[in-house]
Amino acid sequence: MTQPLVRPKRKNPLARTQLPLTPPGVRSRTAHGLTAAAAEGRFALQVCLDCNTVIYPPRDACPSCLSARLPFRDVDREGVLIAETIVHTSTEPYFRERTPWRVGTVKLDAGPMVVAHLHGDAAEGARVRLELKLDKSGAAVALALPERDTESMADDPHLREMTCDPKFRRVLITDGRTPVGQAMAKAFSDAGASIVFTGIADPWKPFPGLDSLRKIERVEIVPLDVTDTESVTEQAEQNGARIDIVVNTAEHVRAGGVVHRRGLTIAREEMDVRYLGLLRLAQAFGPILRFRGADGVNSAVAFVNLLSVHALMNWPAYGSYSATEAACLSAAQCMRAELRPGGVKVLNVFFGPLETEWFQTVPPPKVAPETLANAVVRALRQGLEDVFVGDVAEDIRQRLAINPKALEREMAG
Amino acid sequence: MRSGATRRSYDGVVACLPVTIPYRRYSTNSAHWWIGRALHEITKRARLRPQDIDGFAVSSFTVGPDTAVGLTQHYGLSPRWLDHIPFGGASGIVALRRAARAVQAGDAEIVACVAGDTNHVESFRKTLSTFSRFAQDAVYPYGAGGANASFALITKNYMNTYGAKREDFAKLCIAQRDNALSIPHAMMKKELTIDEYMSARPIADPIHLFDCVMPCAGAEALLVCGEDTAKSLDQAGVRILSTVERHNAFPTDPMQVRGGWALDVDELWSMAGLTSRDVDFVQTYDDYPVISMMQLEDLGFCAKGEGPDFVRSHTLTNDGTFPHNTSGGQLSVGQAGAAGGFLGLVEAMRQLTSQPLGSQVPDADVCLVSGFGMINYDRGLSSCAAILARAV
Amino acid sequence: MQIDLLAFARAVANGDIRVIDLTQTLTQEFPTIVLPPELGQCAPFRMEEVSRYDERGPAWYWNNISLGEHTGTHFDAPIHWISGKDLPSNAVDTIDVAKFIAPASVIDCSRECAANPDFALTIPFVEQWEERNGKIEPGSWVLLRTDWSKRTYPDYVGLRHDGAHTPGPEPAVVKWLVEQRDVHGLGTETIGTDFGQGQHFNPPYPAHFYMHGKGRFGLQCLTNLDLLPPKGAVIIAAPLKIKQGSGSPLRVLALVARGDA
Repeated sequence: MTQPLVRPKRKNPLARTQLPLTPPGVRSRTAHGLTAAAAEGRFALQVCLDCNTVIYPPRDACPSCLSARLPFRDVDREGVLIAETIVHTSTEPYFRERTPWRVGTVKLDAGPMVVAHLHGDAAEGARVRLELKLDKSGAAVALALPERDTESMADDPHLREMTCDPKFRRVLITDGRTPVGQAMAKAFSDAGASIVFTGIADPWKPFPGLDSLRKIERVEIVPLDVTDTESVTEQAEQNGARIDIVVNTAEHVRAGGVVHRRGLTIAREEMDVRYLGLLRLAQAFGPILRFRGADGVNSAVAFVNLLSVHALMNWPAYGSYSATEAACLSAAQCMRAELRPGGVKVLNVFFGPLETEWFQTVPPPKVAPETLANAVVRALRQGLEDVFVGDVAEDIRQRLAINPKALEREMAG
Repeated sequence: MRSGATRRSYDGVVACLPVTIPYRRYSTNSAHWWIGRALHEITKRARLRPQDIDGFAVSSFTVGPDTAVGLTQHYGLSPRWLDHIPFGGASGIVALRRAARAVQAGDAEIVACVAGDTNHVESFRKTLSTFSRFAQDAVYPYGAGGANASFALITKNYMNTYGAKREDFAKLCIAQRDNALSIPHAMMKKELTIDEYMSARPIADPIHLFDCVMPCAGAEALLVCGEDTAKSLDQAGVRILSTVERHNAFPTDPMQVRGGWALDVDELWSMAGLTSRDVDFVQTYDDYPVISMMQLEDLGFCAKGEGPDFVRSHTLTNDGTFPHNTSGGQLSVGQAGAAGGFLGLVEAMRQLTSQPLGSQVPDADVCLVSGFGMINYDRGLSSCAAILARAV
Repeated sequence: MQIDLLAFARAVANGDIRVIDLTQTLTQEFPTIVLPPELGQCAPFRMEEVSRYDERGPAWYWNNISLGEHTGTHFDAPIHWISGKDLPSNAVDTIDVAKFIAPASVIDCSRECAANPDFALTIPFVEQWEERNGKIEPGSWVLLRTDWSKRTYPDYVGLRHDGAHTPGPEPAVVKWLVEQRDVHGLGTETIGTDFGQGQHFNPPYPAHFYMHGKGRFGLQCLTNLDLLPPKGAVIIAAPLKIKQGSGSPLRVLALVARGDA
């Protein structure tokens, strides 16, 4: 039975902050096939194309027939926990300060034996299901969960360590002026965040939804303008030490291309809001997030980027926007490496057109702000890094994997 | 064997000159120093010059970035036969097998087989984290408990499957400790009681403190040469009646309950022309007591799963009904890295030539020595055994 | 006539001539004009620190700033509006610099504006002011004192669901000030010289249309107009010399003889 989390007490301001450590993160290149699956929430192992053997640990020749055709494929994640042990001592500082730590060997129905971390409700001799999760080093590990969901299972210490659950955490929504920002504030409040700081720029400029925003439980409106370095710095100075998840909802969407545009003012605004805004947030909040990566139940845990899927492949109708989103994607990849020593994840959530005003003329399918917000919360609960929301984003992801050049032509229409 | 051909005997070849460089818990010296001490001891006792050693086999976890080749220049050797044997606890018997055939074929005359490791304060952690690709990818990130956690899972499964109890493992450990009390360089110097064993602090359940070897620095070595050569060096030689070796046996066993010996046990006894009743004392590879128990089963002393019963119904001290790990094994003497794979072999040679460091096993004429090691992912991959006999 | 400029400088230095700052500080928070989102917007004021006695520059502090020509307290040149686009010397770099110094008539409608953000200045209101203070001299700035600069945001901006509600002139009075009084330009405390709901006038934005159409100037986001006498202040308002600039943020100073205000 998982002990449900209780809301953590106020931190003792005189106590030293526990510094983040990371578990061993070195993996062979082939083993990073698991990292790719874990980042998206899939359970995939190598399957030999020539003899169908499911293979684990990852390797470069099939142990049945020596074939080298061993792509990662989604496989059945169920099995039996054959034996467990509780590690009481470890030479690795990360585990040393987290013992006792349960691990076990699972026999997968699909064939292989997998050494895995164990959820508290996974019992020796019982059936379990495996998940691939990114641990604090950013590499994939296997975690055995009980066959069926159990009560409060997200509160299990092993699972919470590998996820970014908003429950009892403090969140900053960087822009609450938009439907996406407001949906995000509601979703995090519903997910049990203990404070939802919501940033509002230009308080003298009215916007729809302010009244409803004020009524959402545990929302605290704060001044924040991601185009103003001083504003971002001030917010980080005031509240940075009690923000565990940053969700960057600042948006700037305009139709228009690169050649098909007159002037650069829109591009400047785009870059200032989206790219430079991201840099300001990264510089202001990155260090404190990283520092607090192991700071108790409500440790700092994630930076969420909302990115157009066209960061991955330009959509000329929104060509300048796509390019700006691509800049943000690259910056987010850099942030991932820079925040990893603190065990802080950078979650990139990709979406196609939204059901918002600047995509008005785009035909469906489009993603509603509530859908996007719920997907973000879900992805944080699972500890994912790369998430594609909606049919268009998923479609682009697939086409990109098969033939990027064809997709490039298709996006141009 | 596919062809049905019989294995060639080891007639004419002997193992001689058992060398132990006394172990130390921590050492600031390098593995090169420890291996060098062993080589020096060999040359002194056999009155050889380094250049006289024309075959060299070395095993070490901490001699990097060197391998055997770098060591030839380091030590001033010019061998015509050279091998680097990184098989951990199986290194001793595998070195013996390689060297014996080289001598028989005339490829070398005097082969020094050496294992040595240092133990710096960070050695253990560093060795664990780079042990194997599968360990790096699929074991170390899971609690970093090292081999202790991996063998805990094997032990747990063995206990669940065959009903072994901690008390059964205790008996093994306690007997070995008795055997070690007369060994001057043993890391563990006090008698071990059942209460101490049972109440020891847990390492990784069900493994507790006294189920684990103590890593230390040290070296073990021997010479392999022709019978005549041994006589000319004035060294008492030990005959090799049979050997077997296997790696990655039974890959489809879900969890390891048996080692490769189960595959090759018949060949081991038939090559020697003996049965398990003909053996006077046994050295098993004891990184964990559960593995010793598996060796007793797989090498033919009892059936699979009857290891606990066997241990309950025998006394395993040097003066007992089944002398086992007669110098205390690694569990009492300590594990000096790869030298742990030579420990049983060197002790067997001492007993069979009546020059023990500690207490002498009575009527020590035939010994079975077993090696095991290299937990690559979730099971020890290497297994080997040799039946040795006193020279007539 | 001999003019003693040194005496003038001494008078400023010893306070016989008071210098009053009519300028709002340039800060990131200061609002800008907001146009429909499909149109190009005025850049707000932003600062990026280059160094501050640190590894980026050990002994100095400086910033790079970014802003629009119409950010904060700023000057509008005739070229800013379509009606003035073809006039000669109509950009900030080509206007005769003598025109950057001019007297001001300050028309106080602060009481009316306190009650009504949609106060529109009319010809009768100005004529009543002239009865008390004398006719507006040709070549004078007309500064609308509304005390709007004392308001805090968001009231200062006055944005509601149908746009801004801030005081400003009717079309007729602007035309009259240009044609009948030959004014130098119009200055206001609000964002923009026009009435907040000026888009509904005919012509829309008449302050811009008529003033710039006749080569006159605009000043907006002024403050401290309540410190000025109705007449007698001399305004110094010199915009930056931007190539073909339509306007610029600037320091607007009022010189007032002691005893006048």
